[in-house]
Amino acid sequence: MRTEHQSLIFELSKPGRVGYSIPELDVPEINVESIIPSDYLRTEEADLPEVSELQIVRHYTALSNRNHGVDSGFYPLGSCTMKYNPKINEDVARFPGFAHIHPLQDEETVQGAMEMMYRLQTSLAEITGMDEVTLQPAAGAHGEWTGLMMIRAYHEANGDFNRTKVIVPDSAHGTNPASATVAGFESITVKSDERGLVDLEDLKRVVDQDVAALMLTNPNTLGLFEEHILEMAKIVHEAGGKLYYDGANANAILGFARPGDMGFDVVHLNLHKTFTGPHGGGGPGSGPVGVKADLIPFLPKPVLVKEDDLYKFEYDRPQSIGRVKPFYGNFGINVRAFTYIMTMGPDGLNQVSENAVLNANYMMRRLEPHFDLPFTQHCKHEFVLSGRRQKKLGVRTLDIAKRLLDFGYHPPTIYFPLSVEEAIMIEPTETESKETLDEFIEKMIQISKEAEETPELVQEAPHTTVVKRLDEATAARKPILKYSKQV
Amino acid sequence: MTFRYLPMTDQDKKEMLETIGIETTEDLFQDIPEEVRFKGRLQIEEALSEPQLVKEMGRLAALNKNTKDHASFLGAGVYDHYTPSIVNHMLLRSEFYTAYTPYQPEISQGELQAIFEFQTMICELTGMDVANSSMYDGGTSLAEAGLLSAAQTRRKKIVVSKSVHPESRAVLHTYAKGQHLEVVEVDTEDGVTSLNALRAEVDEQTACVIVQYPNFFGQIEPLKDIEEIVHSAKGMFVVSSNPLALGALTPPGKFGADIVVGDAQPFGIAQGFGGPHCGYFAVTTKLMRKVPGRLVGQTVDEDGKRGFVLTLQAREQHIRRDKATSNICSNQALNALAASIAMTALGKQGVKEVAHQNIQKAHYAKKVLEEKGFKTSFTGPFFNEFVIELKCTAKEVNRKLLESGIIGGYDLGLSYSELKNHMLLAVTEMRTKEEIDQLANVLEGLACVQNISH
Repeated sequence: MRTEHQSLIFELSKPGRVGYSIPELDVPEINVESIIPSDYLRTEEADLPEVSELQIVRHYTALSNRNHGVDSGFYPLGSCTMKYNPKINEDVARFPGFAHIHPLQDEETVQGAMEMMYRLQTSLAEITGMDEVTLQPAAGAHGEWTGLMMIRAYHEANGDFNRTKVIVPDSAHGTNPASATVAGFESITVKSDERGLVDLEDLKRVVDQDVAALMLTNPNTLGLFEEHILEMAKIVHEAGGKLYYDGANANAILGFARPGDMGFDVVHLNLHKTFTGPHGGGGPGSGPVGVKADLIPFLPKPVLVKEDDLYKFEYDRPQSIGRVKPFYGNFGINVRAFTYIMTMGPDGLNQVSENAVLNANYMMRRLEPHFDLPFTQHCKHEFVLSGRRQKKLGVRTLDIAKRLLDFGYHPPTIYFPLSVEEAIMIEPTETESKETLDEFIEKMIQISKEAEETPELVQEAPHTTVVKRLDEATAARKPILKYSKQV
Repeated sequence: MTFRYLPMTDQDKKEMLETIGIETTEDLFQDIPEEVRFKGRLQIEEALSEPQLVKEMGRLAALNKNTKDHASFLGAGVYDHYTPSIVNHMLLRSEFYTAYTPYQPEISQGELQAIFEFQTMICELTGMDVANSSMYDGGTSLAEAGLLSAAQTRRKKIVVSKSVHPESRAVLHTYAKGQHLEVVEVDTEDGVTSLNALRAEVDEQTACVIVQYPNFFGQIEPLKDIEEIVHSAKGMFVVSSNPLALGALTPPGKFGADIVVGDAQPFGIAQGFGGPHCGYFAVTTKLMRKVPGRLVGQTVDEDGKRGFVLTLQAREQHIRRDKATSNICSNQALNALAASIAMTALGKQGVKEVAHQNIQKAHYAKKVLEEKGFKTSFTGPFFNEFVIELKCTAKEVNRKLLESGIIGGYDLGLSYSELKNHMLLAVTEMRTKEEIDQLANVLEGLACVQNISH
């Protein structure tokens, strides 16, 4: 990574420079003022940069050098499944027959795209054990909201208008309660027990006739499998509620267990996590939703179906929750995910989860002597350490994370789940080699020693990055959210 | 079988199992109850080698008629525009596309700065004070604008013009249902929002009025008049806008818009069968702390050096959980980057020139078609789209056009019962005079559409 100052593109601008090339206008020009009223013609130009092509290329190359991706180095960010993003996926998504087709073209002219989508949704239904899948939601949170809207429509179709509550565990992702709110529900928290699993007694306490659904990640955000899933399903189902599966952690169970077999009624997957999306610096993602048969009528419109040998978008779905997104989802991400599934096949996907879980357990056991491990059973694809031992020495989890930056790593997820003090959540994924894991483990052990011997080295980290710790408090107190020319 | 993405060898596995103190990996899955263990083999397609895979995906792609091999006059919210070659090259810098959300700012300055620049450019184009780092797309961004308006005004009625994209309106209806909000649709008159109908609907219960500029028919909505109607009832003025059009048109911010939303797809983002595109969301300073999604802010590091961070996160789901302003988490960061690169390449001069070429070419196309006797539907000013009337179905016409290598327009009868046999044509800077003339000639030659008005 380069360390020198990087100008904003606006600061490189000089009047008269251009970075584009389009043909001269080849139709007879008419006076625009004769066709558009003057009030609606822009008088003050949008102050976009004026830079040459090489300046642009240098600018974005320099910016990329100030960024860390999976290709740059190990990225054990818990709950985010930062696995390798295959290059072939990028090639395929750019095929003109996928990238340069319009969503409103006649269906006859896009049968290949529709076939791809159909085969993907069929594969995802099998992988999750659900009866039907929609590819429309744009990301995980969008899928959560879509699923909850369907659950609401299902209850209402049964004349049941009083189910106002959605239960989420205290360890749930923030999107769960936020999605519940957007879907018009109130979220109720259920506690975890001392083993990090949902407390069954507390679940029984909060489940009543007002419950619309329980949202659950399994394995949960501590990386632990909810062993009592069948009992939980029974408790919720007997009260008339539905079970929602947050697929953020699906990378742990491919071919080992399926949400549909655990009693879940609705599932979303994050294709940008488990199925190599990629993450794109924060998106675009894709959050397909699978449902059991009794929820099929409520799927968002349109539903992709196959009739004889023709693929069709079906709009006549009277009980559908309606549209959740223009067109048919983040198709380009779906192309990548399908390419990945076709690369791995049934045995490959199974091996993905086996290796992901083995990698996580290996790291956990090697780090256990050096950091507190609140939950000691085998983990699934990720595990959570606590930095409370180091905190007593004056070194916080944040400091440990920043120190890891000096060694070229993206740090683990920190301070999440909220139920663990000074949490450090590590997810290695299956695409990392043992050598990479060993090197990272060594650095973690070194940092734990530094916390004892030279704590200031950790407290003042990072030492090697292009900027040091940033003043986030001032950023929020006096927000500067765009560039303004100095006058 | 071995897989190129899985580096674990038998030896690695043996050593790792020993460290853990177990015999087989099966032991790690004992916590999954027997009753829910999946015992079969997933019934999905068998794995393909890389060459086989390229061939199969190539076969599927080749089944689709693409806009590289065909001249496309299809728009309706998604457009075929000039994309500078550098956009794709820069997007493939994998430090961008293989990164997560920039929560660790010290090693994410590149992404953060790029988004800060994106926010600035969106503000410039829309004439607004604050823009976020992106939304899923124009449709969901519009729906979130409706929710924000309702929360801000504590009113329950969202008024939307029928000249707003039908799919965006459909998404708005779904979102509104979740929040128990009422959505009222207002009729159009000569292709733009009927001001009388609007006045009749807007009242003290109205959270906002949502219009599109240019609207779904390509027409330029009378924002000045609409603003007066909305603000006199103390509702929020929401404008959904094609940001490229704003290279030529007065920005909604100048007309007093409170929220401007839309999709940055015209800037360097492939049509891609409808997604992923790039929603944007821009507001006045007053609403800064209410916007959904991520915001990047400028700050300094411990040495006083300029840097960028995600900021005002107290609005967001990972902090506020059920009290967040939205549930959005992943957005469209990489596409915001694509849009930034394209906006940068076009720059001050290019965005204006491209927008003006769209106006010129679309008006030329309309004129040529009128000269050939076609009836166009609306009389008001428009940007790069207009509506023509046909004597037979748009589907039949499009099938014929395709035989001449042309992807025809959007069949308005699909969304507007009163516009059966009407076609919405988009003419961007990508269409040459020759292609426009060819479109007119082929249309003229079709028995079913000939000499309509004569």
